[in-house]
Amino acid sequence: MTNLAELQVGEPLESIELDPVSRLDLIKYAGASGDYNPIHTIDEEAQKAGLPGIIAHGMWTMGNLAKLFTPYYEAGFIQDYSIRFKGMVFLNDVITLNAELKEKEDQTLKFDVKAVNQNGNEVIKGQVVYTQY
Amino acid sequence: MFTEQIGKRSEKVKNTVERGAVKKFAESIGDMHPIYLDEETGAKSRYGRNIAPPTFPRVFDYGVIDELKLPNKGLIHGEQLYHYERPLLVGEELLCYSEVEDYYERTGSSGKMGILVLSSNGEDLNGNTIFTSRQVVIITEAVRKGLTV
Repeated sequence: MTNLAELQVGEPLESIELDPVSRLDLIKYAGASGDYNPIHTIDEEAQKAGLPGIIAHGMWTMGNLAKLFTPYYEAGFIQDYSIRFKGMVFLNDVITLNAELKEKEDQTLKFDVKAVNQNGNEVIKGQVVYTQY
Repeated sequence: MFTEQIGKRSEKVKNTVERGAVKKFAESIGDMHPIYLDEETGAKSRYGRNIAPPTFPRVFDYGVIDELKLPNKGLIHGEQLYHYERPLLVGEELLCYSEVEDYYERTGSSGKMGILVLSSNGEDLNGNTIFTSRQVVIITEAVRKGLTV
């Protein structure tokens, strides 16, 4: 595990490649979050909405991305987490989670974060402001 | 369309950061870390107990903004922002509410669209803000038309 205090600007946290997105992943997220919008779980509803198939909840991807920081719970916490949803995530997509240190000022670490699909397209992108204790 | 709703907010609703809900949520985002799930790890940590993942507030009940009637289909989630004073603690109670922060319209390539900014917030029982969040929702032309009929 990277030592956050020693991380230099421009260096990444260890990235994570998720398993291919499955319908069960999205059903579980719907149940856990209470977001039952059927475009995330039912093919016909997604098609009615003009989509080629069901898409992941944007918040599922955002929730996944934050786990890059979970191992550092003793060192600090996520003070700000902002995300722009840029592209849709479909079944069987393989999503990779990335974070890179952009700025370091006293106890504050600013990271650029993103999730990228198997074609190299950014699906979500944003910033984490991590405050060290 | 929603300009008159700016500033409207819901009544505060008491929510508990439930252990079972945190477990289910952590599992659903593939983040089964002991700091969320294992009582001993929580007790030994600087927090003295388990914490919840940063996007967990998706689970809370924020009450209803009476004047705000949103369609349940055709909305696009454009942006999401969270701000924390500290991590959420498993077992704690929070008062949660939401508010219409802003609404404006813009003409894009797919016609005119509405941009709605909703905040969802949580404070402790003494009124101290623990987290704030903002959700930017894009309301497309087709949906806007459907609403005005």
